[in-house]
Amino acid sequence: MSGNEPAIADLDATARLARREIVKAIAHAKGGHVGGPLSATDILTALYFRVLNIRPEQPDWPDRDRFILSKGHSSIALYVVMALRGYFPLAELSTFDAIDSRLQGHPDMTRLPGLDMSSGSLGLGFAAGIGIALGARLARRSFTTFVMVGDGECNEGIIWEGAHIAQRYALDNLVVVVDHNRLQQTGWRADGTRLPPYADGELAARWAAFGWAVSEVNGHDMAAVIRALQDARTTAGRPAVLIADTTKGKGVSYMEGDYRWHSRIPTDDELATALAELADPDVAAVEA
Amino acid sequence: MTLRTGKALRVVFGETMTELAEDDPRIVMLDADVAVSTGAAAFETAHPDRFLQMGITEQAMLGVAAGLATVGFIPVVSSFSCFAVGRAFDSIRVLIAQPGLNVKIAGGYAGLLTGMTGKTHQMFDDIAIMRTLPNVSVIAPADEPETVQAIQAMVAADGPFYLQLTREKSPVLFGPDYRFEIGRAVRVRDGSDVSLISTGVQTVRVYEAAELLASRGIEATVLHVPTIKPIDEQAIVEAAQATGLVVVAEEQSVLGGLGGAVAEVLSSRYPVPVRRLGIQDVYGESGTNEALLDKYRLSAAAVAEDVEAWLRQQLASRPLAAGLGKG
Repeated sequence: MSGNEPAIADLDATARLARREIVKAIAHAKGGHVGGPLSATDILTALYFRVLNIRPEQPDWPDRDRFILSKGHSSIALYVVMALRGYFPLAELSTFDAIDSRLQGHPDMTRLPGLDMSSGSLGLGFAAGIGIALGARLARRSFTTFVMVGDGECNEGIIWEGAHIAQRYALDNLVVVVDHNRLQQTGWRADGTRLPPYADGELAARWAAFGWAVSEVNGHDMAAVIRALQDARTTAGRPAVLIADTTKGKGVSYMEGDYRWHSRIPTDDELATALAELADPDVAAVEA
Repeated sequence: MTLRTGKALRVVFGETMTELAEDDPRIVMLDADVAVSTGAAAFETAHPDRFLQMGITEQAMLGVAAGLATVGFIPVVSSFSCFAVGRAFDSIRVLIAQPGLNVKIAGGYAGLLTGMTGKTHQMFDDIAIMRTLPNVSVIAPADEPETVQAIQAMVAADGPFYLQLTREKSPVLFGPDYRFEIGRAVRVRDGSDVSLISTGVQTVRVYEAAELLASRGIEATVLHVPTIKPIDEQAIVEAAQATGLVVVAEEQSVLGGLGGAVAEVLSSRYPVPVRRLGIQDVYGESGTNEALLDKYRLSAAAVAEDVEAWLRQQLASRPLAAGLGKG
């Protein structure tokens, strides 16, 4: 495994760069969501740089693995990672949320090549992913369909409708990743704080009860995330769900674990702090 | 004049889809456990591998259909109109309509006549709702031969469609020479006193109403509009020009359906008085077909009466108009 370490370090650096671009894009657009994108960044980096079988220069390649960001409000994280992977120029990130942009607040497959589904209304992307996986099965095609959902998103009834369908068809070509950051927009009130949508262990039990192969991972441990995604895609006989333990706002100290950073816009000072915290340690050392 | 009774449109749906799937391996049928009622059961018997049972999960079913479409299938989703449109609207809007995916939604048991099931199952606004969605074509055929052709055309065309189907056996209005075309309305009767516009199986009752009116000396043009979207504006304008008075009658709410569509066209292109007959902004109830059509004023006799009463009102306010019913 030691041979992978440099690559993992590179991916960690890529994820840090992605986080900087996410915070910059949100501050520039003065809109969008920031906490959820930051919790999902490491997983998206692992998917697009190591796990997904894709061709950025041929986004409609028929045999590509599919990815659907069902928690569509985290779109900026997906756009940043796609741009870094070569789907479109990084400079285009400055158009996020702007009129006529291909980078819509919620993903629009009719505008941006490389998006395998439009999403934004919670739970729907998951259902579409089941259809893609079922279609692949019927057409005897070998690609895998990955879907990322939020833990709050798992409140939606359509998630459990779909979980039942995927289990009935034994869709082992479908992998769902739950970005389990424990915070929804505001959530259930309790004694001056907010409860997570699901208590620790509760989501794993629910998906297992629906007949899915369940695994759990630290969603910010790049090597572990890659391993867990690869294991999930090779699960046989039933659909797999990977519950990724994450921190909302990960990488920016004042955002981490604070539900108010679901969709708040950083001030100039806050942006500067965030970028400093997300700076590449080697570069920071050199600059110091 | 008595029209021959044809098959129920749901039966025609099951048979036609089964036949089309023989030649097109891309066609798959999705069902949320109502196939015995919607006619899709015939498809399951003939093509078990392409019949996709989803369980009772309409919201997820429409999403699954969207996914299937992106990998080259032609998913046909069969449910009751109340569940397909009413329950799964968000899936339709976000995953099918906005991306313009090639999903065909067949909403059965539309309108009043739903087998005594009452208010939950009686969907009066599927046309009104579905026609508000950009990219979606909306079709409501009238009888057996038109339904066969409408389904063929829908499957041959690319993009999302909503097909309205009904439960009961329907009289046959169209002969062997009839050719359905997406987006084209068809005159089924010419008359100079009033223009009656309808869609779906109600067109047959409106045609019968026109015959009743003729026996009382009132000659009606009858325009059948099987495609509510894209709507045939020219045919509607010409029908209005032919008589100057328009009545829309539909087995749907008077709010937003064909009546709304016709009023939109005529208010901008050829304003004339428009009377809208249909479900008058109320919910349905269970009852026999005859009792329902009578109470909600959609039987041929009720339509004829209401058209005649409205015409007399209109003439009373137009002292120079020629006498009505004296010819």
